[in-house]
Amino acid sequence: MIEVSGISKRFGAVQALDGVSFVARDGRITGLLGPNGAGKSTCLRILYTVLRADAGTATIDGIDLRERPLLARRQLGVLPHGAGLYPQLTTRENIAYFGRLHGLAEPALAARIEELIARLDLAEIADRRAKGFSQGERTKVALARALVHAPRHLLLDEPTNGLDVMATLALRRWLEELRSQGQCIVLSSHVMQEVAALCDDIVIVAHGRVVAQGTAAELKHRFGAKSLEEIFVETVTGA
Amino acid sequence: MSEPILVVCRKEVLENARDRRTLFSTLFFGPIFAPALFAVLINVTLSQSLAGVDQPIEIPIIGAEHAPNLTDFLERYGIEPAANGPESLDAARDAVTRGSHDVAIVIDPNYPDAFRAAGDARVMLVVDRSQSRATATSQRVRAVLDAYADQVGALRLQARGLNPTVTRAVTIDELDVSTAAARSVLLLGMLTYFLLLATLAGGFYLAIDTTAGERERGSLEPLLTVPVARASLLLGKMAATICYMLLSLALTLVGFTIALSFVPLDALGMRANFNAVVAAQIFLVLASFTPLGAAIMTLVASYTRSYKEAQTYLTLVLLVPTLPLLLAGLLNVRPDFSLMWIPSLSQHLLVTELLKATPLSWPFAAVSATGSLLLGGLIAALAVRLYHRETLLG
Repeated sequence: MIEVSGISKRFGAVQALDGVSFVARDGRITGLLGPNGAGKSTCLRILYTVLRADAGTATIDGIDLRERPLLARRQLGVLPHGAGLYPQLTTRENIAYFGRLHGLAEPALAARIEELIARLDLAEIADRRAKGFSQGERTKVALARALVHAPRHLLLDEPTNGLDVMATLALRRWLEELRSQGQCIVLSSHVMQEVAALCDDIVIVAHGRVVAQGTAAELKHRFGAKSLEEIFVETVTGA
Repeated sequence: MSEPILVVCRKEVLENARDRRTLFSTLFFGPIFAPALFAVLINVTLSQSLAGVDQPIEIPIIGAEHAPNLTDFLERYGIEPAANGPESLDAARDAVTRGSHDVAIVIDPNYPDAFRAAGDARVMLVVDRSQSRATATSQRVRAVLDAYADQVGALRLQARGLNPTVTRAVTIDELDVSTAAARSVLLLGMLTYFLLLATLAGGFYLAIDTTAGERERGSLEPLLTVPVARASLLLGKMAATICYMLLSLALTLVGFTIALSFVPLDALGMRANFNAVVAAQIFLVLASFTPLGAAIMTLVASYTRSYKEAQTYLTLVLLVPTLPLLLAGLLNVRPDFSLMWIPSLSQHLLVTELLKATPLSWPFAAVSATGSLLLGGLIAALAVRLYHRETLLG
């Protein structure tokens, strides 16, 4: 479970986050929905500990990110914006590198990589260098890399960006599979249909603040049975 | 060395072994290009200075008809009057200024009378001192003219019953105590420069690729989410950079060992004290410089925003370690303990001593290594600090 309580972050004159709070529960997919520049990426970056919040606290299974970032990272799988693979390494090597950095021992690591290659349908590109991969292939490999240490929590920044329909559907299927295994998944997106189709809990972020949150049904109920689209526009422009 | 540092180092070594740019700068620039350039440079210098001595040169002699004996004497020493040369002082001055002739001789119209009367017979040498080649030619001509003046002067004294030595109060003999190997240092002094450059070039692309390159590719962000201290990540990257620098240095030394066998140093009475043992000692001496070089390059590269920017700044960084060498050349310093604390200068002095066939001074080498490693550690620590900044992600 990920608990975020009142986190703020300022870059120079820009207040990127201003007291953001939400809870992402296990076995559910939580979507951070918001327009570009709303602070979604900043929020995720704080959760995967490459940025530190100016104020507020965030915990992963009770581990304070600020106090014990290395321990928190062990519980986290991260798919950052853009896959960020090493072009000169093969799929297998890209995944293995992160596995080793997560401290996996060789026999277990090899078995885990085979498992991921089978599950994410990577056999065809397993021994090819990442240089010429399509966006879909890159995202798949990056997802395998994020899952190599079998984390209980998964953070994805705009995961469907640049993916075609087939790749998007495949990604959805995997995320749903992970959810059924009890994982806690947080993803960000500016595409409302995607969040509506995939997420159990929706957190709408605008101008660094949470302007609405709840399940799709709760949000519809609260805003008088409007469509998610109308709710989005209303909350974002009203903030 | 802790496990993650090794993991990072191994991955960077592997990844860069597949990168053509890194391989080019590690395997080509240092080991092949530098020794070849060096051998060619020295060969050209040698053949120029050796060939220049014996080859006849043509020089405009204005008023040659006034001094046939002098002209004959010049011709005997390979200085021949130029055909179709300038025919007046002004024309000669123009010709030398334009560079169509290095030197011109102008014989005064009063020369025959003055010469016969043992008076003030004048010969003018027109020369452009800003041209180094012309300076060498003018020195040669001048030496022959001086020899002629001395010879005629001695004959005149003898004709008057005087011993020619009366006009020479002091006779100077020179005893050159330098050894053949020590003389070759003048030329081989450039060697450390090439070796340092090749060593840095070996790690050049790695330092960029592992910092600015990683950020530009977007792989830095996921890397920073693994449960490994940033210091370990950066130290692993620097370790990989050092590996490539050492590889480049080793290969370059092999290259030089081969290249120097093609340089006719004996022709100048020089001998290069360069064999496998000396090369191994040079490797040891310069190896202590690699952590510092890697740390400086990594520090600079991780401060820049892009691959291109890093390349620009690092090219300037390549020059930094060569500054002490220039200074050493200008001030003609000798090795002592205080200088051994200065990285790159100390290595230069130690390598120079080795080339002179002086046995390696282990205390000097120890101080040199300590100084370089300490500064390297300090700069590595600074790079690690910089690696912790949030703006690192850009």
